[in-house]
Amino acid sequence: MAGFLVRRLGGLLFALLVLSVIVFLTLEFLPGDVAQILLGTEVRDDTLAALRTAFGLDRPAWDRYLGWIAGFATGDLGTSRIYGVPVAKLIVDRVAVSLPLAGMAFLIAVLLAFPLGLLAASRRGRAGDYAVMGFSQLGLALPNFWLGLLLILSFAIALPWARAGGFPGWGNGVGAALGALVLPAVTLALGEAAILARVLRTALLETLGEDYIRTARAKGLSPRAVLFGHALRNGMMPVLTILGLQLGYLVAGAVVVESVFTLPGLGQLLVQSIFQRDFAVTKSVVMLFASFVVAVNTLVDIAYHLVDPRAGRG
Amino acid sequence: MKDKLLKGALALLFGVALHTNALAKDTLTLGMTLEPPALDPTAGAAAAIDEVLYANVFEGLTRIDAEGQVQAGLAEKWSVSEDGLRWVFTLRPGVKFHDGSSFDAADVVFSLDRARGPDSKNAQKGLFEAISVVKAVDPQTVEITLSRPEGAFAWNLGWGDAVMVAPETAASNATKPVGTGPFRFDSRVEGQSITLMRNAQYWGKPVALSKVVFRFIADPAAQVAALKAGDLDAFPSIGAYESVADFANSSDFKVVVGTTEGETLLVPNQRKAPWSDPRVRQALTHAIDRKGLVTAVSEGYGTPIGSHFAPHSPAYVDLTGLYAYDPDKAKELLAAAGVAPGTKAVMKLPPPAYARRGGEVIAAYLAQVGIEVEIVPVEWGQWLSDVFKGAHDFDLTIVSHTEPLDIGIYARKDYYFGYESTAFDAVMDEIKRTADPARRNALYGQAQDILAKDAANVFLYQLPKLGVWKKGLEGLWANSPIQANDLTQAHWVQ
Repeated sequence: MAGFLVRRLGGLLFALLVLSVIVFLTLEFLPGDVAQILLGTEVRDDTLAALRTAFGLDRPAWDRYLGWIAGFATGDLGTSRIYGVPVAKLIVDRVAVSLPLAGMAFLIAVLLAFPLGLLAASRRGRAGDYAVMGFSQLGLALPNFWLGLLLILSFAIALPWARAGGFPGWGNGVGAALGALVLPAVTLALGEAAILARVLRTALLETLGEDYIRTARAKGLSPRAVLFGHALRNGMMPVLTILGLQLGYLVAGAVVVESVFTLPGLGQLLVQSIFQRDFAVTKSVVMLFASFVVAVNTLVDIAYHLVDPRAGRG
Repeated sequence: MKDKLLKGALALLFGVALHTNALAKDTLTLGMTLEPPALDPTAGAAAAIDEVLYANVFEGLTRIDAEGQVQAGLAEKWSVSEDGLRWVFTLRPGVKFHDGSSFDAADVVFSLDRARGPDSKNAQKGLFEAISVVKAVDPQTVEITLSRPEGAFAWNLGWGDAVMVAPETAASNATKPVGTGPFRFDSRVEGQSITLMRNAQYWGKPVALSKVVFRFIADPAAQVAALKAGDLDAFPSIGAYESVADFANSSDFKVVVGTTEGETLLVPNQRKAPWSDPRVRQALTHAIDRKGLVTAVSEGYGTPIGSHFAPHSPAYVDLTGLYAYDPDKAKELLAAAGVAPGTKAVMKLPPPAYARRGGEVIAAYLAQVGIEVEIVPVEWGQWLSDVFKGAHDFDLTIVSHTEPLDIGIYARKDYYFGYESTAFDAVMDEIKRTADPARRNALYGQAQDILAKDAANVFLYQLPKLGVWKKGLEGLWANSPIQANDLTQAHWVQ
């Protein structure tokens, strides 16, 4: 197991290094100038040049690349050209919103999807199955920004139970901060739960058709014991894959929900930095997402091992 | 009892969110669409910076008031010599910066020299171009010598790019702004909000508000939701025009429609045929119904304009009738200029709604007279590099120029319009040398006339300012003569 991990780690670091070069080069060739965006249309050319020099943009590309990579070791990821604060601080502040949001959404999605998926598989062809599949269709079809607005209208305006977006910060009470994340988490979770319920149902149905299930029933095990003890465990592989993908999406792809709920998350930071050509931020956030996705994939691989020790060694 | 338990449980679940709206009546939560980048108004062009900090945290020698007039600021009074070259400003005594250091003539010299120096990051260096020497005569008196007369000099100094900064803190103003204003910068959550607190050591009349929170909400639907839910008290310039009728009927809010300095233009690239031909540009103006455009794009809010000047200004001349809506005349002119029906034009549109929506409506008007428009949406970075600078690769674009009294851009060499007129340049030069307000207004009238006759651009309408705020809140500006949210007079009426 140790050798497996070390090899995996080496491979991942190499992949991240290649990615860093690709990201850096892509941003180099993107048209647009952060100094022009900051200083607007009336600015004099010498002022633009002065700002570009202050930003270090007249250093050669390889010099800036190496400086950036070296910064990962020290934790100094440069300074945001737009905000003027260290990139590391911006990222940490945003992670403090995006990670709990993703975690809550993930939890809600799993808590919703597992019972529903199990219900659908055990009541196959009957009312329960159709109800769950109907819910799944709805969840897939509803656009999440529309659902988010609907939730705001219902729970923030019609009923004074939640705030209409915004994040009060962890310093003003954990309860308030979590409260601000509930509606966005539900919005994200409903779409994910729809997919998860479906995948779980399909995986279970496939497993339930296997010989060993028939044997277990013949042994006299109750349907519940068969479902939870055998079918679920064996049918988990595709579900784990989807869970891993979803976790990655929830952290990196929640930008639309962040916009509707005005949450200062990582998605918003990335999109704004691209529009404003604040590439000091863009590069590091992209690398962060990539590292996160890679880490989640590794966890999923380990989980495969735990669920099914026969799954490909190394 | 059960109901109470349920409510209590839900309250725990949703956190501290039951909206009792128990905000003390001396705090204000204000919404804005765009977030400022770094917080130094002397080193950035974004309107949002001034909209948070101008007159609240930073002050200049003079200030612009709600009517766009120059008032005394940190300078109590000023005088100018006969030849218009020597200005003497008398500063107020006893003024302190927020970090405790005192404000005097040395700070004026520092601020102005920093703004016009070779290392300056000032986005409006042109304001200071006429200055040749800034001298501190004594701690309360500053003498500024100009290289040429500048009739609007006192007005220039009222801009956000000309505010006074302290040498001790100027370098860190981007993250911790330190000024002399009635509010202190307290904290910022990037991407979310900025908080200001009342400055107890302010030199002037104390402000009514003790705390102001600016919240940045870009999505129009979220803006409306935040107001309705009570999370915000005011949205001075709301982006969701369609919601305004709803707020006007509500018993909690009032709608205040005002004007801005934003002239919305359809800009043809005069470096390219056929747009270099004034008849073609006249035809474009005849082809578009300004009132119809305003109704379709911004719910009827927005005053049509016939030249590059704000209708609320005393020097405004109404030239909308010069090339009025007349599609047949447009077709005639295009035929005379040799533009065949079916001619294609590429229209590059930046992100704002007035451009994206306006573009579609204008494309329809132009199709009626035989011009086939291809719409290309671009974001600001691309617009700046493709349209504004570089190869000026566009046929048409729609943009709103929001700086006050910026008619002078038509005298710029190599501006993206591609417009040149020696007659216009001559009028602009004379305005610079003229101090008498009546004469200046007359000259501005001449300038507007030249631009309208030449169809220097297709002048569409003035951007409106749609403000929604709670009844009971007074003192917010109705108009936007400069980009600012001056909160010095804002207060709650009991």
